[in-house]
Amino acid sequence: MAFDQQARTSDVLLHQGRLKRVLGSCLSWLYLACIYGFIFLPVAVLVLFSFQDGRLPVPPFNGFSLQWYEAVFADRKLTAALANSFLVATTSSVVACTLGFLAAYALARYKLPGSALQRGLLIAPMTVSYLIIALGLLAVLNTFGIRLSLWTVGIGHVVINLPLCFAVIYASMGDHHINIERAARDLGASDFKVMTLVTAPMLMPSIMAAFFLSVTFSWDEFIIAFLLSRFDVTLPVEIWSMLRSGLNPKTNAIGSLVFLVSVAVLLVLELALFGRSRKS
Amino acid sequence: MTASVSIRNATKTYGPFKALDDVSLDIDAGEFIVLLGPSGCGKTTLLSILGGFTTPTAGSVLIGGKDMAGVAPASRPTTTMFQDYALFPHMRLIDNVGFGLRMRGLPKSERDDKAMGFLDLVGLKSAARKKPHELSGGQRQRVALARALAVDPDVLLLDEPLGALDLKLRRQMQDELKAIQKRVGTTFVHVTHDQEEAMAIADRIVVMNQGKVEDLGAPSEIYMRPKSLFSAGFMGEVNFLQGRVREAANDSARVETPVGTVVLPAANFISGKPAPGDHVTLCIRPEHFCEAASHSAVRLGEAHITSAAFFGTHFRCHLAPMAANELSLVAHMPQASTVTPGERIPLALDPSAVTALAAA
Repeated sequence: MAFDQQARTSDVLLHQGRLKRVLGSCLSWLYLACIYGFIFLPVAVLVLFSFQDGRLPVPPFNGFSLQWYEAVFADRKLTAALANSFLVATTSSVVACTLGFLAAYALARYKLPGSALQRGLLIAPMTVSYLIIALGLLAVLNTFGIRLSLWTVGIGHVVINLPLCFAVIYASMGDHHINIERAARDLGASDFKVMTLVTAPMLMPSIMAAFFLSVTFSWDEFIIAFLLSRFDVTLPVEIWSMLRSGLNPKTNAIGSLVFLVSVAVLLVLELALFGRSRKS
Repeated sequence: MTASVSIRNATKTYGPFKALDDVSLDIDAGEFIVLLGPSGCGKTTLLSILGGFTTPTAGSVLIGGKDMAGVAPASRPTTTMFQDYALFPHMRLIDNVGFGLRMRGLPKSERDDKAMGFLDLVGLKSAARKKPHELSGGQRQRVALARALAVDPDVLLLDEPLGALDLKLRRQMQDELKAIQKRVGTTFVHVTHDQEEAMAIADRIVVMNQGKVEDLGAPSEIYMRPKSLFSAGFMGEVNFLQGRVREAANDSARVETPVGTVVLPAANFISGKPAPGDHVTLCIRPEHFCEAASHSAVRLGEAHITSAAFFGTHFRCHLAPMAANELSLVAHMPQASTVTPGERIPLALDPSAVTALAAA
């Protein structure tokens, strides 16, 4: 009898436990949906209304059309800005990665005076707002009489991306690489060959990660690009000047394209680099 | 190729700490030398000095008769095989092995041929196009060996190369290392803290402790006639028995110990001719206790077996001699014997195998 009762209470407890678990998992799913909704809804709306068959990128959605994408590619200024953005992003990222790698190599492998301070100084620009950096650069460029151009935008992007590249690459330079470099030197490699044939290839996953992150940051960057450019402008600046004349599905279309490029870069990063390093 | 190595009064200090304390050592061309000692004994420092990665505070190193002062690792006729293999992870095996040749400016086809030859030497020819992460520990080990040998060094320096392998693989690699060394004839200087490994591969062992050379000689010499208490203890299990010389003749001496009196040949006294009154420490290996019936045995009364364990080739027993109950001796008893703890057995030893050192 007592046994029977015990079995029944444990049954009830079991039932309550299951209910709690189901409720708990429902709430977690809801939470997850909210978070992703919060992050991606604006982008989804942007992409959706880039296909708007009408003059205004606001509800209701009138129908599917590619006319705004056609308009984007027909727009000389926009395509020029697209090419400019691409040029600035890749060039400044190559420079930032190279400088970041060299700095990381020096600080990780040699005893330098005040190395903690130097590391701090290298990373410090990360904490300064882009506006301040742009204003500072503007003042400097003015002093030296350098005209604003895509080059100056590139310089600005190197300034903001160098700390990132340095931090990413420095973090991946472990002590376990020291013996490998030693072995290379022992087998007759000069310092330059050690760096180019052994160290850089070994760190390639993190160097590429730094490169692609830096490309996406440069691709999106507005304030520096706006303040340090004049006639040739990058895409975000061109979009901004389009927005001044009001909302237009064309801006949605170009925004979607920018987003597509960022996603593509991230996918390349994930598949080509992180996927491979996971295997090894 | 091969070359002799001569280390003269090498000293290395790090602040107040002496990692290497006035070490002198001559290694013949083509010898397999093992530097043996506990961690921190200076063996790796010595290897690093030979390789040129560390500069000695004082003293000099000659390789093939040439002074190596100021010569960079790359310019020395040495290569080092590192403990963690230090293979280039992004290169195929053939490129790993050919790296040193590439640095010497050999054209690709030639260095690939040579690299293949060395991969063949270590039995990995078929894996030439794999990358290091696809290999097991033992295979990586072999690639590291092939890579170090490919540049044809006079002296190969091996820094605990077998430390990361499991026991069985380690024994197998020891045999391979020894065989390859015989084939290529290069001088090998090998660092380890495993005395069994040292005995398995060395032509001569250098026992080091606290930055100094404690003992030097062929494995059997060091095992049977250790020149210091440290060396005796490090090379394997040993019983130390304090004693005092009672009488000394020309060719033998009588030593009084807590368990009885032993007559030892004078040659067994490492620190020189024994004189009456000398305090000595007798080093007795567990296997040198023997049956009382054998004719050369010296009988030492009886002993209790306090514990025993079976080790396959023998029983390892702890004995408490009746004459000195506070002592605990370790003895090996034959595989076939029956051993029961608490049993009383006659204690005897073979005096020719006993070494007498000056008491510490």
